[in-house]
Amino acid sequence: MLRLQKLTKTYKTGDQALKAIDLEVPAGQVLALIGPSGAGKSTMIRCINRLVEPTTGEVLLGDTDLAKLGTSALRKARRSMGMIFQEYALVERLTVMENVLSGRLGYVGFWRSFLRRFPQSDVDEAFRLLDRVGLLHMADKRADELSGGQRQRVGICRALIQNPKLLLVDEPTASLDPKTSRQIMRLITELCQERGLAAIINIHDVALAQMFVPRIVGLRFGEIVFDGPPTGLTSDKLTEIYGEEDWEATIEKVEDDEDIEAAE
Amino acid sequence: MSHRELDDMLGKGWRKPPFIANPKLRWALLAGFVAYLIAAFLTIEVDWARVYAGLDRGWQFVLSFTRPDFVSRASDIWEGLLESIVMTVAASVVGIAISIPIGLGAARNIAPMPVYLVCRGIVAVSRALQEIIVAILLVAIFGFGPLAGFLTLSFATIGFLSKLLAEDIESMDRVQAEAVKASGARWMQYINYGVQPQILPRLVGLSMYRIDINFRESAILGLVGAGGIGATLNTAFDRYEYDTAAAILILIIVIVMGLEYLSGVIRARVQ
Repeated sequence: MLRLQKLTKTYKTGDQALKAIDLEVPAGQVLALIGPSGAGKSTMIRCINRLVEPTTGEVLLGDTDLAKLGTSALRKARRSMGMIFQEYALVERLTVMENVLSGRLGYVGFWRSFLRRFPQSDVDEAFRLLDRVGLLHMADKRADELSGGQRQRVGICRALIQNPKLLLVDEPTASLDPKTSRQIMRLITELCQERGLAAIINIHDVALAQMFVPRIVGLRFGEIVFDGPPTGLTSDKLTEIYGEEDWEATIEKVEDDEDIEAAE
Repeated sequence: MSHRELDDMLGKGWRKPPFIANPKLRWALLAGFVAYLIAAFLTIEVDWARVYAGLDRGWQFVLSFTRPDFVSRASDIWEGLLESIVMTVAASVVGIAISIPIGLGAARNIAPMPVYLVCRGIVAVSRALQEIIVAILLVAIFGFGPLAGFLTLSFATIGFLSKLLAEDIESMDRVQAEAVKASGARWMQYINYGVQPQILPRLVGLSMYRIDINFRESAILGLVGAGGIGATLNTAFDRYEYDTAAAILILIIVIVMGLEYLSGVIRARVQ
């Protein structure tokens, strides 16, 4: 459903963040993107919905090449890609409900959104999603009153209310404690399954990725150096992605869940 | 500097590296500055006899604050004050309304380059021309009266508010706005949902501050004939009616303090 072809991003500074990436994500597949800081994970995700402009290459969502779309067509295409951010990226001075409904901005006109008069179906869906993530009672709270885990749940609702085909998830657990991290990862993967969504999840925590995600792609210096199931991530492979280090502890963690919470 | 061994450094004490590394240059600059300061003060001519004569007049003025006369020119004061308030409110509303789009255009992170340059240009022109100079020009065009004052204050508000608003937009949290953009929002929706909530408290605070400034300026603009309480104040000085002048100044101070208090309350509310 999503296909990246020879996707390259060179920043103005001359840094090549992505070097001719080829990647195919079938409908409904959840994929974790791992790799060291600066490997180009964030850039890759942002090149897909063009928050960052790719330099060359194609981003095919279905049959349309997102990289070639004009402003208005891009806006329409963005509706089918929900994004979940590191540090949540909720608009802090807006209410929870406004944040969730902002996921519908691509579908409603300016005046409706300006007056906060969203169609009843959107409002109902927002309530349903908030209820699904257990935050219905927080609907009228301001976003900055919420805890980290709660904020990320709101972020998930905002992405899902777009009714997307694809979720782009950028370090969803980077600022959460280990337990909340797992709850959030579980929630994201469950929701993807319920709705048949494909997802690309950028994640630092290798053990967490292995625990929840069936396919893992390893990125290093803007190139894909691993693509396979979690079990294929051996010590050697991790060294190839991240560099020399003793990986035994990380790999063991997968088998013994409780250790992760204790260790972190 | 090459690698330093720990042993050489232990027990040596530590000082923050000076801003100017060369000690000779550092002391020369300092000495030069002090010399200039002394020389500059020596060039100021003071006519002590004139000061002595003037002290008395100054003292009269200060004394008049103990017996301000609100009554004998009451209707003039009231008229001037009303005119000043009308000028302030009208100029602030118009100025702020124009400042918002210009401020958006003058923020590098959301405006395209040509728009940015035009808006920054407007801001620069507005800030370069001092209020009094603008007022003199506008009085020459529109004649004496509050219209010239109103236009002057509106013009000055644009330079002030657009610049500070643009700077606030430039320092906003980019990711919050990006998240709104990623949902497929139009530009106006992006501003309304992603940018506006982040800058609103500052916009309200700055606007209140500008209303405060506009009122104080309106008292000055009268001196060049642009209407308002300043005209009344000027007349009072010309007639050596220090009691009336004191009354006017007290009123101005009270109103400015009232505005200050009000802005504090409002800013606490919108935070």
